Amino acid sequence: MAHDTLAPPTRTRARGIGRVLIIVYAILALGATGRSVVEIIEKFDQAPFAYTLSTLAAVVYIVATVALIAPGPVWYRVAWVTITFELVGVLTVGTLSLLLPELFAKPSVWSWYGMGYLFIPLVLPVLGMLWLRKNR
Amino acid sequence: MIEWFTIVQVSVAVAAGLLCVILGLSGRKPTDLSMGATALVELLLIIQLVIAIASPAFGNNPSGSLLEFYIYLISAVLLPAAGGFWALIERSRWSTVILGAVCLAVAVMVYRMNVIWFVQGA
Repeated sequence: MAHDTLAPPTRTRARGIGRVLIIVYAILALGATGRSVVEIIEKFDQAPFAYTLSTLAAVVYIVATVALIAPGPVWYRVAWVTITFELVGVLTVGTLSLLLPELFAKPSVWSWYGMGYLFIPLVLPVLGMLWLRKNR
Repeated sequence: MIEWFTIVQVSVAVAAGLLCVILGLSGRKPTDLSMGATALVELLLIIQLVIAIASPAFGNNPSGSLLEFYIYLISAVLLPAAGGFWALIERSRWSTVILGAVCLAVAVMVYRMNVIWFVQGA
């Protein structure tokens, strides 16, 4: 990727409507983390696959939140990677949870396309991508 | 948990959330009204925390996981404070929308807490 020698001063993307996006990401990260901690402590053996996914999703949401706040091209790329991962995750797991429900005896964040979280996990990555494209 | 207090709390949080989102989308910066509504949501959460700590002493025990309940409650208590503070670093209409988003999230979390206390495992 070609870079301008006169790079513009790195500005945080955390302004304007982007702050709303970030706070929703932060809430989702908090919710997913809290839930996966409870699941692992209390009942990991009941559905190890679903709960491992929950934990992975929680970590990715945390990284995405940080990447959206932090300025600079590296974090910009991290934000793209994590948000793409989320979209792929919610679509894959959402589809699998419909086709192979026995794998998801207990729901994860992404089961049924994030229905347990008001479909926010499905909508948020799309909004995130639009936001990132507009705010390099 | 006390059921009627929880109903009041969810109602207040939803009302405050919608109010702030509408005010924000119509271009208002945070005012005493939107900040006050968020502060009220926070105050009710702190009362809820006191109720939760005291309840088992009066034989009012959760039917579900107490750990899960407290993770929700502590997260919820932190939200309006953190969201409100962060929103005010930049005073724009989006800050008002953030206050609304935080209040709505609190409403969902208190509803989940209610399910954990009364329904889960019952």
